[in-house]
Amino acid sequence: MENAAFRAETRAWLEAQCPPSMRTPMPEDEVVWGGQNARFKNPDSRLWLERMAAKGWTVPIWPKEYGGGGLSAAEARILEEEMRRLDCRSPLQSFGIWMLGPVLLECGTEAQKAAHLPKIARGEIRWCQGYSEPEAGSDLAGLKTRAVLQGDSFLVNGHKIWTSYANFADWIFCLVRTDPLAKKHDGISFLLIDMDDPGVRTRPIRLISGASPFCETFIENVRVPRENLVGGLNNGWTIAKKLLEHERKMIASIGERQRGAERSLADLAKAYVGEKGGTVADAVLRDRITQLDIDQRAFRLTQRRATEEAKGGSPGPASAMFKFYGTELNKRKFELLLQIAGTQALGWDGDGFTAGELRIAREWLRSKANSIEGGTSEIQLNIIAKRVLGLPD
Amino acid sequence: MALILDADTALIRDTALDFFAKRSPVSALRKLRDDKDALGFSLPLWRQMAELGWAGFLVPEAYGGSDFGCVGLGQVLEAAGRSLAATPLIATALIGASALALAGSEAQKAAHLPALAKGERLLALALEEGAHHAPYRIATAVKRSGAACRIDGEKRFVLDGHVADLLVVAARSSGDVDDRRGITLLLVPADAKGVSRHRTEMADSRNAAIIRLQGVELGEDAVLGRIDDGAEPLDAVLDRARAGLAAEMLGTAAEAFERTLQYLKDRKQFGVPIGSFQALKHRAAAMFAEIELARSAVLAALAALDARTADAGELASLAKAKAGDALFLVSNEAIQMHGGIGMTDEHEIGFFLKRARVAQASFGDSTFHRDRYARLRGY
Repeated sequence: MENAAFRAETRAWLEAQCPPSMRTPMPEDEVVWGGQNARFKNPDSRLWLERMAAKGWTVPIWPKEYGGGGLSAAEARILEEEMRRLDCRSPLQSFGIWMLGPVLLECGTEAQKAAHLPKIARGEIRWCQGYSEPEAGSDLAGLKTRAVLQGDSFLVNGHKIWTSYANFADWIFCLVRTDPLAKKHDGISFLLIDMDDPGVRTRPIRLISGASPFCETFIENVRVPRENLVGGLNNGWTIAKKLLEHERKMIASIGERQRGAERSLADLAKAYVGEKGGTVADAVLRDRITQLDIDQRAFRLTQRRATEEAKGGSPGPASAMFKFYGTELNKRKFELLLQIAGTQALGWDGDGFTAGELRIAREWLRSKANSIEGGTSEIQLNIIAKRVLGLPD
Repeated sequence: MALILDADTALIRDTALDFFAKRSPVSALRKLRDDKDALGFSLPLWRQMAELGWAGFLVPEAYGGSDFGCVGLGQVLEAAGRSLAATPLIATALIGASALALAGSEAQKAAHLPALAKGERLLALALEEGAHHAPYRIATAVKRSGAACRIDGEKRFVLDGHVADLLVVAARSSGDVDDRRGITLLLVPADAKGVSRHRTEMADSRNAAIIRLQGVELGEDAVLGRIDDGAEPLDAVLDRARAGLAAEMLGTAAEAFERTLQYLKDRKQFGVPIGSFQALKHRAAAMFAEIELARSAVLAALAALDARTADAGELASLAKAKAGDALFLVSNEAIQMHGGIGMTDEHEIGFFLKRARVAQASFGDSTFHRDRYARLRGY
């Protein structure tokens, strides 16, 4: 279809099918993550998810046979632009969509794709990520969770940490050690594990923000069918790295997804610090805001350029650059918000603060994890130095 | 607007990269400097560039150019920036051509653009009067009496000012210094009576001059565009200058970075390449990121200028600020990472540092452009 025709058709469909309440800023408790225990605080969000999923537009570029929309990269961008134009909410947030799906599409067996991708696309199964362990953080390949192949199944034992939203998830994609004698990168496998097993327990971890988005996940004597092995035995590190590239791309856009209808820093600064002749009264603060604005815009332009250059391919090692820069930008944004709103941004609870002000403090603290999760900024810089710049070990 | 080059533009980029690497390496700039060359650039080389069509990239086809546009000229400038080539590309092909094409009358365009596109006429923009870029801070006065006008004032840091055939002079016809209104652009032949030129030696060994205008009498046909309304075309010309210069700076930053990266791989201390040290790796990776962002900003600005979108001014300031910051970082790190050898005149890396600061200061440094960006964005 011609792009112009596609745009017109898409716009008309969105205008007709997107419920009005799905075109307002999305409060945190209305975000839809799907899964067997999916919560829809606003009933319109269920309707919106069902309509989008029926079109395949929760995963626009996935093939139709797996629940996707079968759109070209150009069409997907048009859909994104039209959704932004109408302020349509994203119908579904999902680690299945952002991380596991692309890897299954590339490396999964036909049976794995057929079994898992449509359920991800429709938001029926919620996935979490079992990568880090207490002793394997930046040194991820040092992980110890054991999977022993016994006949047609693996027996898995181990302890994962920082598993985001594991307490709400149905399945976990896990890195496990299948050959303890091989070099550390060569003895790892990638397993899909159903968490509906009494041997899988999760425990939320309370963070400095007061929230508990991360968990510890304990896996004790859990049997996993061999067919849930992705990418071959002891080939897990290759799969892990591919998935990390998608994860980094996702985290790099953290500031982007939070944008939406929020007020600009400059407007907030005018409100909190004052205005003089149409400009932010505090010249130093104004310059800092401009620096961030300029860096954010140049960053978005670079994301766009990378998309145009890659034409829909794998993100590649450059994803490390986006992860590094995007998360540092997001941290800068929250530090600047603190500076702008002063003590009004430092309230913790109760009266005296607006809901938005209370959110700043919590989100500021949450943002500190951005440059740790998915590989620290230091790890990203290592990856750039080695894989992009070719600097020696 | 695409942020990737089409096939024609990619070919121009490749041609330009090859051209400057072979015919105008950094050693050519060193020779111009050491010989105290009177022109400060190679005229035969400029003729070759004109034959390749580069002088006429911003000249309409009706006047002997190709109207190929800013993205194309940006590729040539970026390649020139890699070898620090001293050429009339900025003053003539970018700024002079833009001033005539955007503000000139039919007669003015016909008189100058064909010669400019052939590389036979050099222009220079006489704008600045102080040590900082301030496009409306103009005291140089133009007074009209009947059909004649008379110009008095002094211009500084006029790029290619001492070799130009024709000066584009920004003068005040009404209002006060710093008023945007009341500026008039004029075409002043460099050999007009009352014009005196003094070449200044800058740190980057490139061309600039102080131009004194004392009782310069010209006819009304010298006015470029409309009287008192010169700021409008001036801003448009300056945005092209900023984005084009940002492209050159991007090339300079990329080259300085690549040379430094190679040095990190070659230079051994403690028995290993110094590039194996994490303290240097991380800084190299951070520079890579800054150059990537600058590249996107530069491409977006050039494309917006060609498409004449409403945010072209914003993007030009974005590009100049971002390229300026990237070049500042890279030029400093390049010296530090080269260690002692980088402090020697014999090594070429020092040329990049010197060019960096002059280019950063030209047409507004990063502070100027952040302020402008904020103003254009309404804060």
